[in-house]
Amino acid sequence: MWSVRARRTQADGRWARPLLMNGMNATTTTTFDSSGATRGPIHPLRALLLAGSVPLFLGVLLSDMAYANSDQIQWKNFASWLNAGALVLSGLALLWSLIALIGADRKSGRSALASVLLLAAWVFGFINSLVHAKDAGATLPEGLALAVLVFALVAAASWLGLDAERREVRR
Amino acid sequence: MKAPALSAFALVPVAFLVACTGSTDAPVYGADPRLPEPQRGLLPSMKIAKPALWGDRLPQVPQGYRITAIATDLQIPRQTLVLPNGDILIAEGRGGGAPALTPKDVIAGIIKARGTSPVKGGNRLTLLRDADGDGVYESRTIFAKDLNAPYGLALVGNRLYVANQDALVRFDYQPGQFTAGGPPVKVADLPSAINHHWTKALTASADGKFLYVGIGSNSNITERGMPAEADRARVWQIDAETGAHRPYATGLRNPTALAIQPGSGQLWVAVNERDEIGPNLVPDYVTSVQENGFYGWPFSYWGQNADTRVRPQDPAKVAAAIRPDYALGSHVATLGIAFSTPAMGPPFADGLFVGEHGSWNRDPPSGYRVVFVPFQDGRPAGDPVDVVTGFFGDDGKTRGRPVGVTVDPRGALLVADDLSNTLWRVTLASQTAQNAGGTLDAADAAPSATGAASAATRR
Repeated sequence: MWSVRARRTQADGRWARPLLMNGMNATTTTTFDSSGATRGPIHPLRALLLAGSVPLFLGVLLSDMAYANSDQIQWKNFASWLNAGALVLSGLALLWSLIALIGADRKSGRSALASVLLLAAWVFGFINSLVHAKDAGATLPEGLALAVLVFALVAAASWLGLDAERREVRR
Repeated sequence: MKAPALSAFALVPVAFLVACTGSTDAPVYGADPRLPEPQRGLLPSMKIAKPALWGDRLPQVPQGYRITAIATDLQIPRQTLVLPNGDILIAEGRGGGAPALTPKDVIAGIIKARGTSPVKGGNRLTLLRDADGDGVYESRTIFAKDLNAPYGLALVGNRLYVANQDALVRFDYQPGQFTAGGPPVKVADLPSAINHHWTKALTASADGKFLYVGIGSNSNITERGMPAEADRARVWQIDAETGAHRPYATGLRNPTALAIQPGSGQLWVAVNERDEIGPNLVPDYVTSVQENGFYGWPFSYWGQNADTRVRPQDPAKVAAAIRPDYALGSHVATLGIAFSTPAMGPPFADGLFVGEHGSWNRDPPSGYRVVFVPFQDGRPAGDPVDVVTGFFGDDGKTRGRPVGVTVDPRGALLVADDLSNTLWRVTLASQTAQNAGGTLDAADAAPSATGAASAATRR
């Protein structure tokens, strides 16, 4: 349903720009009925992106703890790569959430909050990638503190985001 | 800090001194540099100056001196050696290739590659000969090939030692030889796992019994882990006969050049210090090397300044760290040193030439020049003086990057440039004119402090 509509409106050439630049435009909301997107069951890719970010950021936190306790640099290398992977997944999830949020005709407070939390998680996650790019122990303690914060944010964002989807389906 | 330096060298015919503008440009050099507090933002500063061709330009030298390119189209020239008969050997190669361990390694590798030559390393020694002494090196041969990133060179009697990135090897050498008689003989294996800092500097003791090899650390500041630093960041003393080695001095992060001081026989080293704690930390330096001395890396810098990035910390090692003799400025990347002789002319009669490859992580960039550290009574005395500049042009482009510097006892300074793949030769302008006039004796008559043979073993 959703994909058919999207493809048709894209062919009209009225999809991308009006939607992003002026989401409240009446023409856009009628031609691209994005509320349909949230009424169906959650897209498996979106679920994967949202839920997958959680264990990756958890991996950053656990690896940082192991590094702080052991001084074994390999744990920090793990943390850096896990954080990079988490940024890719959560970044795509964030993009998806923002597009869905902008396109939604009926804003759910829950999904808006989820998007805000996900944005915060990504921004702090990105800062943490820069902190992890500092050499050796220069990452500590800020990197570990940020890892705790980012994990909490992404867990909450993922929970709320998936929960909002479930409520939309039930409604 | 800069003004007294200028007046002190008012008599020296030096055309260019480093401009001193802005706080990041404050020079941190000399025997007692004032070190700022460590600082590091979220992003490390990186500034890679775009390479450009020399075209009609030349590097600048002080008035009364002259610079010529005596060899071009080399394959990454690093260090050079002047043989007793005046021939020049050039070590060409590119080593390293440590694997990327972190996302940062991947990104930094791409950025840094933009500031180096795309030419493949030659893994060879090129020999240049100027048979008639006119300053033009008309003969050029491949002395040896199939080496593994050769860097340090030293001649002891009829033995030519070459420090590959993984082994010290030896050729038999007869004066006048154009090519090596055969493949080299291995003297000793050198630490080569990972080889983050791969260059193996080399010099021979004054009596020729020992060889000193500089082995750089495997990281900036232990970010590849402590086990990766076993046998790294030190100078080895190797017995020329048996190949047996022992650490001569440790805690030297990246000892990129070694030289024996004429007269005293004292070993000197140029060391590249750590990055990412500020544009003016930590100064690269030259220092006389105390036997069994520990110079701080990784636990501390410039004596007892502890580096908090190292885990675990080691207060006992910090307390034991020796302060180096002379700071050259941060991130200048000293890659070559050579003691001068009076034949280089009065301004440079007594002191040390230093080749500065130039920074990649400082804005504005530093280094990209050859400086002269004047000596008095065998110790550095005074601020560094520019000798060859213009590698980093005023248009913001880089045309060359100095590596090894070597003094020809007949009165010439050789500068290897691994960006434009050129060997530069700096001479007194008057001397060159004399030679060009056909008086071959001029070169031989030039005063030599050490004699050709011992001078040739110096680097």
